Amino acid sequence: MYGGGYLPDDQKRHLPIAEDPDKLAAFETRIDRGDKVEPQDWMPTEYRKQLIRMIEQHAHSEIIGALPEGTWITRAPGFKRKMAIMAKVQDEIGHAQLLYAAAETLGKTREAMINDLINGKSKYSNVFNYPAETWSDIAVIGFLIDAAAIVNQTLNAKGSYGPYCRALERICYEEAFHLKQGHDAFVALATGTERSRSELQAALNRWWKPIMHFFGPSDKASVHSEKLMRWKVKMASNDDMRNQFLDMYVPRIWELDLTLPDPELRKDSDTGVWLFGDPDWNEFFEVIKGNGPCNAERLAVRRWAEEKGEWVKRALRPRNEIYVTPLA
Amino acid sequence: MSNKVIALKELLYKMADDQLIIGHRNAEWIGIGPVLEEDIAFGSLAQDKTGQSWNLYQLLEKMGGANADKAAFGRAEKEYKCCHLVELPIGEDYAFSLARHFYFDHAEYLRMDALKSCAYPDLAGLAKKFHSEIKYHVFHANTWVKNLCHGTEESKSRMVSALAYAFPYALGIFEPGPHEDLLVAENLFIGEHALREKWIGQIADILSPLGISLNMGSLPILGGRYGYHSEHLAPLLQEMTAVIRLEDDSMEW
Amino acid sequence: MKLVSLDPRVCRMDMAEGAAPDALIQENDHWPTYEVFAQKKRGDQHQHVGIVHAPNGEMALVLAKEQFARRGMCVNLWVVRTADVVATSYEDADIFDSTPQKTHREPVDYKVKDKINRYNQSKKEKNEQ
Repeated sequence: MYGGGYLPDDQKRHLPIAEDPDKLAAFETRIDRGDKVEPQDWMPTEYRKQLIRMIEQHAHSEIIGALPEGTWITRAPGFKRKMAIMAKVQDEIGHAQLLYAAAETLGKTREAMINDLINGKSKYSNVFNYPAETWSDIAVIGFLIDAAAIVNQTLNAKGSYGPYCRALERICYEEAFHLKQGHDAFVALATGTERSRSELQAALNRWWKPIMHFFGPSDKASVHSEKLMRWKVKMASNDDMRNQFLDMYVPRIWELDLTLPDPELRKDSDTGVWLFGDPDWNEFFEVIKGNGPCNAERLAVRRWAEEKGEWVKRALRPRNEIYVTPLA
Repeated sequence: MSNKVIALKELLYKMADDQLIIGHRNAEWIGIGPVLEEDIAFGSLAQDKTGQSWNLYQLLEKMGGANADKAAFGRAEKEYKCCHLVELPIGEDYAFSLARHFYFDHAEYLRMDALKSCAYPDLAGLAKKFHSEIKYHVFHANTWVKNLCHGTEESKSRMVSALAYAFPYALGIFEPGPHEDLLVAENLFIGEHALREKWIGQIADILSPLGISLNMGSLPILGGRYGYHSEHLAPLLQEMTAVIRLEDDSMEW
Repeated sequence: MKLVSLDPRVCRMDMAEGAAPDALIQENDHWPTYEVFAQKKRGDQHQHVGIVHAPNGEMALVLAKEQFARRGMCVNLWVVRTADVVATSYEDADIFDSTPQKTHREPVDYKVKDKINRYNQSKKEKNEQ
């Protein structure tokens, strides 16, 4: 699962790079034609850089996303939920593996990407910097965060970079199970007892803000964003994705007579656009900077996993073997 | 209930409890394993074990026992019949989890092989199904143990110590139950003693070429099959049932 | 400082807070890669499904099995060191463009129906004479 929370990058960090105009034109024609770009193709430096950044963040979001849900892996109530949460968290690690592989084809090694993650240099979806306080949080994550991720990933699967699209195709297939099981757990709690219902409502209230942040702030006006959309790196604006999500899932929350903590939330019947109150974008930027409730813990746990696994990896590291970039 | 049924149920409970608890323990590694690919593989082993225990509790339910969730999540500590090996915490050293998995899955593989010809057809059917799943578990365990023993000095010494540490606990897998003779007489099971002999031979086939010899004089750590557990089981059960206990049995989670 | 977490697993570990030192992981720590090919069912072609990082072929098989076949739908797996794959270049993709003269390789280039019809027609006419 991945949010994007796609932010226009700090523009000062990369000044426009002069590309060979013929090559650029041929590249853009290929994309306009709907052809996929493969790793060995010529591509603009900026395209490569943005793709690495995006796929890497997506991969990080999967391994870090495994942690809030992992919080309840030993406490899942009953066999059905126990099996489902194990399979789901396992799939997320599987997705990270697939996505790192896709990013590797662009020339950044998995080691370098994970180093950047645990050093705090590289970002991942903000939503995973919030704690899963109760079992109900797992149902909210499994239903709504996965639903949001599917909106994002289904669009990205139609993007221009071949290896990313192939990885997403499989990921979307598996996410369909995640969403189903998440909705199932959510409905079970909503239709259960008074206690389970009120715990679920409380979890929903806590998660609504991070969910609204999930697709990132409005980015329609950005020139940068327009270029990425022309190159089919980014497939829709943050607002459009958020609107699609609200349109599909708010009714499924309301049909259970649960409420959402935003009195302004409603669909404009004329435009079909969802209106909502300010979800506190300051908090969003604070969490990105590393000041969310769980940023430190998430990185510490990942670091622990890498450190404790170090002797295993070193022991088996083949001598005289040179790393070669994966082909596809 | 005839003695035969009592004996059979006892066998099923201890198998199911072993699988439930080792599945639970192994699942603790999901998301924090030593390398992504292995995180995924070990996560599958945990799911297979949990799934197998679920099947066995369902069989017990069919035989008139409690509902599978109730059996797994709703019994007192004393009623669990798992061995101490599966109860031990995962700790921080992956070598221990691999050593436990190596011993346990070799035993499971042979147990299921024997149970394929069990006189109780429902169990024979399940054993057949589990046997092929466990075949991969054994392949996974053997490959890891071999690779780490051929790795660095450090990895070999970690693997050797973990295998030595876990061995007396592993011998506890084969603690005979109170109705062992009846199981053998009724052709339900070959018995723990015979199983242990096969197991010793099979693990030696892997470990001897690696220069590892086990202390055959080790005293097995016993008690689990009679409800006497290590200090680790009670907190594990508390944690495992923390959510399910919030509601009564009518809750459909 | 020891990390306090809602995750009981984390609480059991001795995890410290704080960022990792630069480059905790060294290059090649995650092993080289193997390309993985899976056969869905007997009779099918093996298909490329992705890569695994693995120290050797045997480990690559052990690891690929769960990453690429954990939902079943597989009867056989191959793994090949990425370094051992010899491939054409996309830059030379035009070598695959067929020239018009190559239509002799395509079934559509062979149209006999007209001839047979004409033949049958003339036979009929002859018989009618």
